[in-house]
Amino acid sequence: MSSASEAYDEAVTEALPARQRMLSRVSQSFTPIILLIIVLIFFAFEGTKFLSLRNLNEIAIDSSQLVVLTVGTTFVIITAGIDLSIGSVLILSSVVAAKVMIALSGTPEQIAAFEFPNQHIGIPVGLAAGVVTGLICGVINGLLTTRLQMPSFIVTLGMLGIALGLGQLLSGGTSVPNVPPAVQVDVGLKELVAVDIAGQHLRITPPIVIAYGIALIAAIVLNRTRFGRYTYAIGSNAAASRRAGIDVDLHLVKVFGLSGLLAGVAGAMDLMRFGTASVGSHQADNLAAISASVIGGTSLFGGIGTIGGAVVGAFIPTVLRNGLVIASVPPFWQNVAIGAVLILAVYLDQRRRKAEERM
Amino acid sequence: MVSTVATRAPVLEARNINKHFGPVHALKDVNLSVRPGEVLALIGDNGAGKSTLINVLTGVLPFDSGEIIFDGQPVRFSSPQDAREHGIETVYQDLAVAPHLDAVANIFLGREHRTGGLPGALGFLDNDRMRKETDEQLARLRVRVPDIERRLVTLSGGQRQGVAVARAVMWASKVVIMDEPTAALGVAQTAMVLDLVTQVRDTGIPVIFISHNMPNVFQVADRIVVLRLGEVVAELDPKTASIEDAVGAMTGSMRFARGEANQGE
Repeated sequence: MSSASEAYDEAVTEALPARQRMLSRVSQSFTPIILLIIVLIFFAFEGTKFLSLRNLNEIAIDSSQLVVLTVGTTFVIITAGIDLSIGSVLILSSVVAAKVMIALSGTPEQIAAFEFPNQHIGIPVGLAAGVVTGLICGVINGLLTTRLQMPSFIVTLGMLGIALGLGQLLSGGTSVPNVPPAVQVDVGLKELVAVDIAGQHLRITPPIVIAYGIALIAAIVLNRTRFGRYTYAIGSNAAASRRAGIDVDLHLVKVFGLSGLLAGVAGAMDLMRFGTASVGSHQADNLAAISASVIGGTSLFGGIGTIGGAVVGAFIPTVLRNGLVIASVPPFWQNVAIGAVLILAVYLDQRRRKAEERM
Repeated sequence: MVSTVATRAPVLEARNINKHFGPVHALKDVNLSVRPGEVLALIGDNGAGKSTLINVLTGVLPFDSGEIIFDGQPVRFSSPQDAREHGIETVYQDLAVAPHLDAVANIFLGREHRTGGLPGALGFLDNDRMRKETDEQLARLRVRVPDIERRLVTLSGGQRQGVAVARAVMWASKVVIMDEPTAALGVAQTAMVLDLVTQVRDTGIPVIFISHNMPNVFQVADRIVVLRLGEVVAELDPKTASIEDAVGAMTGSMRFARGEANQGE
């Protein structure tokens, strides 16, 4: 009775692994290949001006915030959700961080005189306040999505407006003035490790440690822990996850909380890197992070994605911008190129899925 | 064998269960019991109340009156999770697996083994142990999958359902309920799942098997209970009854004495 079915199943599945494995190996690694092609093109035209250790070091630093945002976005997309609010949450978080930092660093008179006697308290508490602001926004996203059973697209689109508006209200619509310069000079630009190789000054700064440390931890969590497994399971089949006894709503609140938290971290990094809270930039960071994650192989339908792929995806915009500037090409071409890469990535993703499920 | 099964105490028993959905009387004084070592087939036309009955038995839905006796004690499962914790597992017709996870992850979903010490407290998974136990479980049930670490989306429907059944059996210490487990499968794959049903029964764990497919039902069932419009209208012995009897009872074209219908009690 069962031998017939076994023979059938074996005939179906044994014939395909080789082809299917090759396909998935190719498609899972196409993001690094795209990045490599971009790098080689710039190298061909600009040589060592582009492909120098020093320039790669700058690219790593310039990518740091997008890496942090993309990590959070990847978790959300793997659950088959979306978080459109992260750019605005970043802005609100950095404004809150700046305001708290200023308020705690001295009296208004001292601040007006550009003196920050208590900045040793103001700076860490301010940065922490920014991170907590992000976490709160993320948890609210998660609670609204799960409690009101609303699509995360709508909830986070609402949060996009709310967080941006609050950031603008708090800052008066401009960059926050009088941020203690020490947050940039002594924190964000602090050279934790600095070496000179062949006349090139290479440095490891806090944004590098924060961004790639977070990415490493996130990759371990996603691959090795129950939290990661539930993230995939919910994105793959939320109903089956519920039937398996997983508290799906609680997990989604945690995942959106994580995304908000990381947006808060990126907001704090903004202050460290640029010494001011700017409400003008970062409004399109949500789309940049979603693009990076999807280019890195995360499926918008949920259940599929890796941190490694997403980090490589997050490098692509920075590498493009950097290379285009060096090549004296208008950097606006970056947007054109990213858009084309995004469409190509999703197309390949769909083909891979169909090839697998044809079995 | 039937006589020895019949003398065993029922594991799960429904007594005079009533359930209304607004004005609809979905279950009318339903009596049902399942004993260790038997396959009880539950059949009925669409809307006969099969799914409602299963949902009542497994804590998905509350019931209005009557009693559910589990292991000799009256119970009211508050949720499917509650029923599962009591050893009742359900296999659903729509392949309730996470297709992007592999067989190991699916079998242990919601019940993962964690490593010891601090890493375990942080949620680190003991994948080696889960892999080993998955291998053993699939071998025991003779479910063949090409690779237990391949995502289920790349397996055939029969292999996927095999994993779903293996998962249910792994955790069911008392009763396995299968709601149309072959509805989405081809002929050969159906044969494999039916084979699994009898294997589970032979381990002593009773199976409640819900199906529309009469040949399948007659192949595996030790006892057939027919629901029609929310009532148990017949209880048939597949060795003596015919498929025509079963269909007649389902559609109401054939009448059975109430006494016969409740004979199982």
